[in-house]
Amino acid sequence: MSELQTDTRVSIMNQMPEAGVTARSALYFSQAATQPVFGPGQAQVFLWEDALRGQLVIRGDAGNTDFAKGVSSALDLALPGQLSSSVSATMALLWIAPDEWLLLCDLEQAFAIETRLRDALTGHYAVINVSGGQTQIRLAGSAAASVLQKSMPYAVSDAHFPVGKVVTTALSKTQATVRRIDSTDWELTVRRSFADYAWRWLTDASREYGLHLGQPEHNEN
Amino acid sequence: MFRIYCPYCGELREEEEFHPKGPAHLARPADPDNCTDEQWGDFLYFRDNPRGLHNELWVHALGCRKFFNVTRDTQTYLIKGSYRLGESPDQARTSGDQA
Amino acid sequence: MRQTNRLSDGGRIDRSKPMTFSFNGNQYSGYEGDTLSSALIANGVNVIGRSFKYGRPRGIVAAGADEPNAIVQLGATEATQVPNVRATQQPLFDGLVSQPTSGWPSLKFDLLGFSGQLFGRALPPGFYYKTFMFPQAAWKFYEKHIRKAAGLGRSPTEPDVDEYDHLNQHTDVLIVGAGPAGLSAALTAARSGAHVILADEQAEMGGSLLSSRSRINGAEASQWVADTLQELAGMDNVLLLPNATVNGYHDHNFLTIHERRTDHLGDRAPENQTRQRMHRVRADWVVLATGAHERPLVYANNDLPGCMLASAVSTYIRRYAVIPGHSLVAMTTNDAGYQAAFDWQDAGRNVVALVDTRQAPTGDCVEEARRRGIRLLIGHAVIEAKGSTRVSAARVAPLSEDGQHLTGPAEKLACDTIASSGGWSPAVHLSCHTGGRPVWNDEVIGFVPGESLQRQSIAGAIAGTFDLAGCLEQGTQQGAEAARQAGYEAKPASLPTVEEPATGNAMALFCIPHEQRISRAPKQFVDFQNDVTAAAIELATREGFESIEHVKRYTALGFGTDQGKLGNINGMAIAAKSMNKTIAETGTTIFRPNYTPVTFGAIAGRHCDDLFDPERHTAMHDWHVRHGALFENVGQWKRPWYYPKPGETMQQSLDRECLATRNGVGILDASTLGKIDIQGKDAREFIGRVYTNAWAKLAVGKCRYGLMCGEDGMVFDDGVTSCLGEEHFLMTTTTGGAAHVLEWLELYHQTEWPELEVYMNTVTDHWATMTIAGPDSRKLLAELTDDIDLDKESFKFMDWRQGTVADVPARVFRISFTGELSYEINVPANYGLDVWEALFEKGERYNLTPYGTETMHILRAEKGFIIAGQDTDGSMHPYDLGLDWAVKEDKPYSFIGKRGMKREDCLRQDRKQLVGLKTKDPSIVLPEGAQAVDDPKQPVPMTMLGHVTSSYYSANLGRSIAMGVIRGGHQRSGETVYYPLSDGRVVEAEITSTLFLDPKGERQNV
Repeated sequence: MSELQTDTRVSIMNQMPEAGVTARSALYFSQAATQPVFGPGQAQVFLWEDALRGQLVIRGDAGNTDFAKGVSSALDLALPGQLSSSVSATMALLWIAPDEWLLLCDLEQAFAIETRLRDALTGHYAVINVSGGQTQIRLAGSAAASVLQKSMPYAVSDAHFPVGKVVTTALSKTQATVRRIDSTDWELTVRRSFADYAWRWLTDASREYGLHLGQPEHNEN
Repeated sequence: MFRIYCPYCGELREEEEFHPKGPAHLARPADPDNCTDEQWGDFLYFRDNPRGLHNELWVHALGCRKFFNVTRDTQTYLIKGSYRLGESPDQARTSGDQA
Repeated sequence: MRQTNRLSDGGRIDRSKPMTFSFNGNQYSGYEGDTLSSALIANGVNVIGRSFKYGRPRGIVAAGADEPNAIVQLGATEATQVPNVRATQQPLFDGLVSQPTSGWPSLKFDLLGFSGQLFGRALPPGFYYKTFMFPQAAWKFYEKHIRKAAGLGRSPTEPDVDEYDHLNQHTDVLIVGAGPAGLSAALTAARSGAHVILADEQAEMGGSLLSSRSRINGAEASQWVADTLQELAGMDNVLLLPNATVNGYHDHNFLTIHERRTDHLGDRAPENQTRQRMHRVRADWVVLATGAHERPLVYANNDLPGCMLASAVSTYIRRYAVIPGHSLVAMTTNDAGYQAAFDWQDAGRNVVALVDTRQAPTGDCVEEARRRGIRLLIGHAVIEAKGSTRVSAARVAPLSEDGQHLTGPAEKLACDTIASSGGWSPAVHLSCHTGGRPVWNDEVIGFVPGESLQRQSIAGAIAGTFDLAGCLEQGTQQGAEAARQAGYEAKPASLPTVEEPATGNAMALFCIPHEQRISRAPKQFVDFQNDVTAAAIELATREGFESIEHVKRYTALGFGTDQGKLGNINGMAIAAKSMNKTIAETGTTIFRPNYTPVTFGAIAGRHCDDLFDPERHTAMHDWHVRHGALFENVGQWKRPWYYPKPGETMQQSLDRECLATRNGVGILDASTLGKIDIQGKDAREFIGRVYTNAWAKLAVGKCRYGLMCGEDGMVFDDGVTSCLGEEHFLMTTTTGGAAHVLEWLELYHQTEWPELEVYMNTVTDHWATMTIAGPDSRKLLAELTDDIDLDKESFKFMDWRQGTVADVPARVFRISFTGELSYEINVPANYGLDVWEALFEKGERYNLTPYGTETMHILRAEKGFIIAGQDTDGSMHPYDLGLDWAVKEDKPYSFIGKRGMKREDCLRQDRKQLVGLKTKDPSIVLPEGAQAVDDPKQPVPMTMLGHVTSSYYSANLGRSIAMGVIRGGHQRSGETVYYPLSDGRVVEAEITSTLFLDPKGERQNV
């Protein structure tokens, strides 16, 4: 493991543990405590945690072409503009703010990707590993939008919230970055400490529509 | 419940995503150490409370975390528009920002 | 029981679905489609309650939201009690249980003939003011009895078993009211493709059309309603919300709709269904088609059961097939009032007379009345109702042309029902909620909505358009306008053909004269719910109240839960007349949300019980639960407070945790501390500006304590910031202050110093933080790491190192909040529990003891370390706290707080300053908040010197310790102060240093 690098501008850290260490996602215990209500056949809402993703916050100036080019060359993804996302087979890059993006990737790849980004970027930028600090709750099914309507003030209609859009907004009394992955498939990035609350809120809001804990069948590998 | 335009997200959003932060254009004195107590007290505590249009500082706390200014009528609660820091109130708008 | 007043056919009830229900302990029957009030009328129930002030019997007056009397308590069980329900708005369901709420002492007592003046003398007009002003003590007594008598009902003593929720809606067009105007507006707007929400407070949409005698497209009006609703229901872009009252109209077209989803189904909501839903709607355009409320006429004894609104009589007959009496006298100032008589006659019962206050009424209705052979008394009015618990006669007399005088003797007409119509008042309520002021319109004889600032229009009766054709036309126009405003193109629509009677002009008349003047005549009621009479309003104006808002408050006119829907305009007219003003000059009071009462459940939604507020958990939370921790709320976090072992008292647990930490090693979950990652070329400069102390020379690998102040110089947060790289820092904040601090930093970066190149992000949740503290902590850590050199010379106090702990990459900070040798281990939160458990595995031989926030507080207090927010309260600068060493005044930039703490007031020597306190009796623990005085014998109010901020029993020291503020305390070390407590004891304490243990700090430097 890395020694303290006193000669660097920033502290860089490969945060993958040795084999044998048990990783527990933010909702490790919450999911176990939730009773499934419906089988996948009858359910209109599917809820599951897309657990233990690699998550990097990337900060920089979108107007700086070197920065935009650096990010896209390191990730092979276009730097998404306002309220949008870029996706590849293993990654999704989400716009958070004019100078902030969230990269979702394989956890094992996070440090390699961080290194690639640092190699490609110069000047004023920052990359922060937040993999343990938030998690992705996935919400799918024909009534998923209704569950969101109960939970957040942002409009979820097709016109206001097309597939691919990313919106950071209030989720009940916490906050979530919401990405529409497909017409009935949503991803909610919530902070780790709020994840249990968000999970309980969403399972509660889903009950009337028939809730299945897990992915819809056609999504299952 | 206001609907506020975030000039950084380029959208109208619900009030619960924002925090109000007091009057806009409240500049910190350039040389605090040489301010009199009275000047510093004015900066700290004294605020205008106009009837009518008022420029206010807001932050998109649950969204992009950016601060910006809002021109709001304190009588009708209607909002004329929002403008970014560094812009002037006559640039207040409710649509049209591209990041 | 037989439904004696049920008509054999007609109505919109389903006679194949009989239902039973109870009221006041008696069993009755009704049908699906009934409201509770129509079912009560069907069963001949006349008296629903007693009036609040005078204890007079009261019956059903209206058929909708304007009902002032028929307010009941619902609920078959204690947990399903709902107070304050209008029987006119409650759909009947099988097994409904209802009780009168304004019947105290009892309905029956009243029925025996005691029409007692319960409060008549005690509650003159202006009662509220007079009583509030003096004597104050009496209010408690009055309030208790007024509540009981005032028809407010009672709240359940058990938790509500039903659930309620909220739903956020965004729509192009919201249409309020599904009468003719609302329906035609919805149809036109929806056909354009715009998203439309149509909400109506009633179970069945259609409004007045459901009881109308007019025809549309050659058929019953209700057929047009059915056709229209069918088309709307088939459209994807339309949401129909029946049983849904638009209760609040807020800024920027935000409206709340209170939808009663299962109130019509039963006492409890079906499983997995919420009982009520609050729709929080943001609409691009709003069309108010809220209709109008009929005004009753004010005449003597007009509150007797059997006195009703003319339109309500029609509604009960035509819509619910119930007839509220046998013989009717109908009085009207306009043509609409004629329908009640026609409907009554068509139902086969006796119309005694139709009394028209106008001298020469014209129009189809007048002709029809003559054709029907109804006795028509033109230019007359009902001046008084007779009867005890039910109308037995109406006294009718001829009126002058202006309606202000009687011109002949009265005739007594035997009847059991008096219907009256004084015209229609537009339902302007929602238009007032955002500040709109209604304006009087002489043609309408009513207030119509004034100019609106919202994106909104009005259609139908709310605009003073009372004819059906006009409502349909206006609805169509406004529906098209709404669509256009929302960005859609509405195609021109053809209007349906309407057959309705041609009407003549209405007469503006509100209060019918009596042989006696108002103050002497039998009571002429204006506001039934609050028992406000015409005489009381006159008295108010005589006593000098000129503003209508003052008259309202003085008399309580419109203060009931009906918001004066029935009586307000009459009251204003009476006030205007007695001041010799026009109504336009007097003006109107305005209305606030909510339009009708809303249950607390609907307001709370699912924000209750364990979803009331977020509970934030650390990565080790499950471990704490399994190990019996009791939790303390810190902000929204659940932090272990202490870990009691079986049989231990709290103090025993704390003593054990404190001693184990000082003598061996303890462990604290410190994950909740705020952590902010700060990166950029100017990060160091930035930190130097927001903290009071020096940062210019802090080397990579080092940590430093920092104090954060506001511009006023007062401390609001503190924490340790570590230099991770030349351009990279990790700032920690207090648990509760984390979000505020980050916003504070962003505020200064974005508004004051945008030129500084720095990025800040929260990493609070990313790192699980565990603090091991105590003399054995190094030995324990050594067992779990082989790549961090723990040697005390190479890994010093206030250093941090990166390495591996329990096979997990970690940052270890050698900092101490206990004064012990201590390490804060930060690992990515996904592995937090694994590392925590590894520490316990290796820690067994050191008796590793988990400790909670309480022990942490004690241990830090032994060392005199402050907790921002506990020992500070926003009025203390660093010098007050004795933290002079943490202020570096000669930094080049005038850091935040520097100028503030130099203000004249901040330099006073007698400021409250933080000191240590030792009680003379070491066993006494001072209560936090206790105030110090110099002379405990001084008479109250004593001169207070400052309060105790932190106080504990220290097992390590074998005595109590405390910190507190004392005026000029830094100069008073060794002196004695006194704490007079609320229980009469006076505790003597010595002012000391805040360093109670290890004053040289040797324990943390080993």
